Amino acid sequence: MGADQPGDRERPIAMTERTTTDPETYLSHLELGEPDKTFLDTNELIINMGPQHPATHGVLRVILKLDGEKVLGTECVIGYLHRGVEKIAEHRTYTMFNPYVDRMDYVAAVSNGLGYCEAVEKLLNVQAPPRANYIRVILTELNRLASHMLWLGTHALDIGAITPLFYTFRDREEILKIFEKYCGARLTTHAFRIGGCLYETYDGFENDVKKFLAFVGPKIGEYEELLTTNRIWVERTKGVGTISAKDCVALGVTGPVLRASGVKWDLRKAQPYANYSEFDFEIPTGQSGDTYDRYLVRMEEMRQSLRIIEQAVGRIPEGPIMAKVPKVIKPAVGEIYHSIEAPKGELGYFIVSDGSTQPYRIRVRPPSFVNLQALDLMVRGQLVADVIAVIGTLDIVLGEVDR
Amino acid sequence: MPDEPNSPPPAPGGEQKPETESAVPSTPAKPAAAPSSAHAHAAPAKPAAMAAVPWESEMVTRLHQRYGSGIEASSYLGQNYFVVDFSILTQLLTNLRDEEQFDYLVDVTALHYPEWEKQFEVLWILYSHPRNQRVRVKVMIAEGESAPSVTALWPAANWLEREVYDMFGIRFEGHPDLKRILLPDGWKGHPLRKDYGIIQQDQEWVQINLGIESGQ
Repeated sequence: MGADQPGDRERPIAMTERTTTDPETYLSHLELGEPDKTFLDTNELIINMGPQHPATHGVLRVILKLDGEKVLGTECVIGYLHRGVEKIAEHRTYTMFNPYVDRMDYVAAVSNGLGYCEAVEKLLNVQAPPRANYIRVILTELNRLASHMLWLGTHALDIGAITPLFYTFRDREEILKIFEKYCGARLTTHAFRIGGCLYETYDGFENDVKKFLAFVGPKIGEYEELLTTNRIWVERTKGVGTISAKDCVALGVTGPVLRASGVKWDLRKAQPYANYSEFDFEIPTGQSGDTYDRYLVRMEEMRQSLRIIEQAVGRIPEGPIMAKVPKVIKPAVGEIYHSIEAPKGELGYFIVSDGSTQPYRIRVRPPSFVNLQALDLMVRGQLVADVIAVIGTLDIVLGEVDR
Repeated sequence: MPDEPNSPPPAPGGEQKPETESAVPSTPAKPAAAPSSAHAHAAPAKPAAMAAVPWESEMVTRLHQRYGSGIEASSYLGQNYFVVDFSILTQLLTNLRDEEQFDYLVDVTALHYPEWEKQFEVLWILYSHPRNQRVRVKVMIAEGESAPSVTALWPAANWLEREVYDMFGIRFEGHPDLKRILLPDGWKGHPLRKDYGIIQQDQEWVQINLGIESGQ
């Protein structure tokens, strides 16, 4: 590699010796040894990708150090969308903070709301009633589908396949229509409240969901037809951005990225919340941990979400949708960590109460933020076009990275 | 614990449910969010007492044997945590990773208690894949003190520690590249400290870099 570079005849190639996959020696910033530098002087290039770049899915800036087309290192610059959500939380009551969480991962607002409401419920030691849990699971899984569809469309577009974008956005629209009918909002839904759900299901909700299931089932096959055996797709994704299971765990990577590396770990199974333990579904895993496997894992996850919704929608029990929660929410002095399996990975809330109506501290453990850290490891030694593929496959939402 | 001089010991076998507010001493919980840190050495206005119960398990016994009184294991709402002495912190975290199989660092974060002598509580949330178990490790540190970096144990800590540094100004000893992550490099102040107002900002930075009088 690089042996035919001019001026490099007698120098041993240091680049190949650099460990890039060992988490023990892993550094996230641009670390180049001196030998590399002299060798690279002729063609080393630092380019700036973003923050205004369509393929960075928001305002992510990546500084790339390149040798020709090969990536030697990256540094992510984030924070462009920082709104100080955690600071705002300390100045709001528990109820007032609820809509703010929707604005973090804004393509999976329902998941964010579920995590937050459940965390506060745990702190208050109340339980959402069964009917509310069913509604929650249905909406959350619909949201997972919507999030994965948006991921698929934009990820495929980044790599060069334009058609899936139209297909997925068309079908995602149906989910957003259900959200709109349920709570009036399409994106930042604020669907749940502490203690349950505010809204009863509308007339024909179950029918709409069933109709959607019948509609979308074959569509997932359609997306796969476009991509799974498509030669360009396979060549752009197979063996690209590979990350091992060990690296994933060491870097705290969760969600589909972790599962595509072969770790069968999903919080819905490992530490079930809401009423996920009542449903029958599989955790899809991959083997090689490359972009192609992550694609397959997410496709299968969409099918599993359909399975969960199918089981849930048939047996929504009657009953109240709100637990008995005091008008003024004032948890006792204490703290709680609660996390859920958001479409992107483990979304955790660490809430500390000082016994007043406002949280003393809310810490959000954002899956996108932690997963993005793996970017550097995944693209080192790859081509610059693969950076686009890897950013897409990590499925980050900058609203959540920056909070 | 020397870190919580005035906090009454948690009632052994006390109610675990948080709604039993009677178990909590009747000190009215002050809204400690008030930014005034005038009474710097007053009695701790906060977690006067979390109605925690002691946490007993094989692992805790093992760790107690090893670290003696430097480690206090408690449980609140079924979630377990250690409050540890600063001196044994690195050892304990290494031990948890290598021998107790806590292979996944979920989060690193901090809390600010301006009224306390040791103002910051730094905490590590750990998860073990083999055990399917979570634990929190907490330590109190004073202003100006730095916490040990765990990037060598869990590379995941890199950005998480940078965020804590950015938001609280807590330095992590041994971090490979400790700099701000969410706020711009030249920003002054650490916004998640309690004495940092909610609409406060680095006026100078805003004026120089954005060319406007104020961001508000």
